[in-house]
Amino acid sequence: MFIVDPFFWEVVISGLLAGVMYSLVALGFVLIFKASGIFNFAQGVLALFAALTLVGFQTGQVPFAHLVNTIFGTNIHHWGDGLHTLIAIGFTLVVMIGLAWVIVRVVLKNLVNQEGIILFMATIGLAYVLEGLGDVMWGADVKPLDVGLPSGPSDTVIDMTGMFVEKLEISAAVVAIILVVALTIFSQYTKMGRALRAVADDHQAALSVGIALETIWWIVWSVAGLVALVAGIMWGAKSGVQFSLSLIALKALPVLMLGGFTSIPGAIIGGLIIGVGEKVFEIYFGPLLGGATENWFAYMLAMVFLLFRPQGLFGEKIIERV
Amino acid sequence: MFYRETGEFKTSYKADQATFPIRFEFFVFWTVVVLAFAVVPFFINDYWEKAVFIPFFVYALGAIGLNILTGYCGQVSLGTGGFMAVGAYACYKLMTGLDIYIPMGFDDTGTMAYHTILLPPLNIVWCVLLGGVITAIVGMLFGLPSLRIKGFYLAVATLAAQFFLVWLFNKVPYFYNYSATGQITATETTLFGFAITGPNAAPVATYLFCLSFLFLFAWIARNLVRGRIGRSWMAIRDMDIAAEIIGVNPLMTKLSAFAVSSFYIGMAGALFFAVWHGAAEPTEAFSINQSFLVLFMIIIGGLGSIVGSLIGAAFMVLLPVLFKNIFVGAFGWPTDLSEYLQLMLVGALIIVFLIAEPHGIAALWRTTKEKLRMWPFPH
Repeated sequence: MFIVDPFFWEVVISGLLAGVMYSLVALGFVLIFKASGIFNFAQGVLALFAALTLVGFQTGQVPFAHLVNTIFGTNIHHWGDGLHTLIAIGFTLVVMIGLAWVIVRVVLKNLVNQEGIILFMATIGLAYVLEGLGDVMWGADVKPLDVGLPSGPSDTVIDMTGMFVEKLEISAAVVAIILVVALTIFSQYTKMGRALRAVADDHQAALSVGIALETIWWIVWSVAGLVALVAGIMWGAKSGVQFSLSLIALKALPVLMLGGFTSIPGAIIGGLIIGVGEKVFEIYFGPLLGGATENWFAYMLAMVFLLFRPQGLFGEKIIERV
Repeated sequence: MFYRETGEFKTSYKADQATFPIRFEFFVFWTVVVLAFAVVPFFINDYWEKAVFIPFFVYALGAIGLNILTGYCGQVSLGTGGFMAVGAYACYKLMTGLDIYIPMGFDDTGTMAYHTILLPPLNIVWCVLLGGVITAIVGMLFGLPSLRIKGFYLAVATLAAQFFLVWLFNKVPYFYNYSATGQITATETTLFGFAITGPNAAPVATYLFCLSFLFLFAWIARNLVRGRIGRSWMAIRDMDIAAEIIGVNPLMTKLSAFAVSSFYIGMAGALFFAVWHGAAEPTEAFSINQSFLVLFMIIIGGLGSIVGSLIGAAFMVLLPVLFKNIFVGAFGWPTDLSEYLQLMLVGALIIVFLIAEPHGIAALWRTTKEKLRMWPFPH
């Protein structure tokens, strides 16, 4: 029986941990979707941009070096040995908050009251801008990212159960749990969090009781930037900071569909289901189909699932009236 | 002064329903058509053909297809790249001679027995058309969930089509005729004695071939969306429940939109592979970026407008060419830097366009026309 097979459980656990990574990206989506009704396609690129910036600060790169060198014929690349990791993370956060402000002021403020698809397209445009900006600022080569998280297989788990589990993935899970708890506390028990929930519930009503919509959006995009930074750190530490990082945004989409666009627990559970599902399917059915089923399994699973429950697991029930 | 209907009287319903009710517009349109068919072919060279005209024709067909689905019927799709791949691979199989295996059950030794049908290589026109038909069938299959899944949920469901189809063409050797590289390469085909595909194709021949396809099918699309089918698509787009109540069949309407749209996208894919590139490999050529590119075209051009699809396609094809000529050609910057800057500028332009005119260049054109009618006395 495969239930008692330790290999099966190893696959499940590695799937769960990969699912945590998807959830991290999906979380950023849900936050923004709830607060502003925007389906933020740029979330993955936001994670890439955050990771690139972090590496840049950490290693002491000069931003826009390539562009400056080309125009002025100079040869600058580094300004020093770089910053301590924690300081670099602090600076990156400041950059992300600044970026959130720019996005809200330049893009979103001008697109209030537009249809969903227009806003969605605007975030795709935003994704292009950020991707180009990240490349121009920091260069497009694959960069290793080391923030001092433990790596390698965990000996304790091997000794106890005989299963092979990466330390990095365990720390990712721990960080994700901390993040979700912190976000829940923030949105349930602080004044700002209450304002956020009010905006998510009803824009007009929130405006009428004196909540500044723009400030709220700025905060939400900053929080999404923070989530993106965490996701970027985790993915970057796992497989280096590179363009493919922005593609995880696409993997986060089926996660969202499974969980429902408006539910934070949905994003987490959706991520776990997708993570486990695609790993198990790849191991047990992949060889029959020629492998690499991870490319499409998540989307197919989400599509089949939606046929039975069009609003996702925890999404608000869709009620349509004429 | 020139652009107004004053003095143009219509005496029949037919004249009233003309595509170009204003005489000036009618003349401009036919002048452009005559220029495109009879003048440009004498001046075309390899660079203009491969970098400007053929890409424009191919993407214009694709954009019309997606606009039918997204702009007219309101079903957002991110699977364009995958459907283009279906058209390309169908075209490839047809131009190299399609082999069909029908399983006939197991024989005595327990192996599957097949009845094999071999078709001869078809003419390129049939390859492109049948490629479209096959894509239409596949598109209808992936359109079935649209009856239950709506809005953004559907957009993500079409991603399933995108990734699954690309994976399929990578993994199943039947589709690329068991070639060692996994690539498909167009064989040489001719029409009226002129090579259309393959290395010997002259720019004039491919130009006229693609232009004829675009002209014919843009004309069909324009008339399709004015008629009963087009109106039922728009009814579903504007409010599907209300449309259902007044007697529009949502199943037939949505599936027909998926079929027609995929037909156009499939033909675009076939031309993309056979005439433009001559060879293709699914992961790169038909990636998700193709889907976004075509979506950008119809958003910038204008959702729900055939002319908008053409303008959007022209815009997105010409923009990179222009940027490349400026950055690399005029400034002498390295190509990688120019590519990143181009990415940024395209993204920024999209945002600027959406802020300035969310309904695309077609809407801008409509307001310009209104102003032209009044000019020079706006009140």
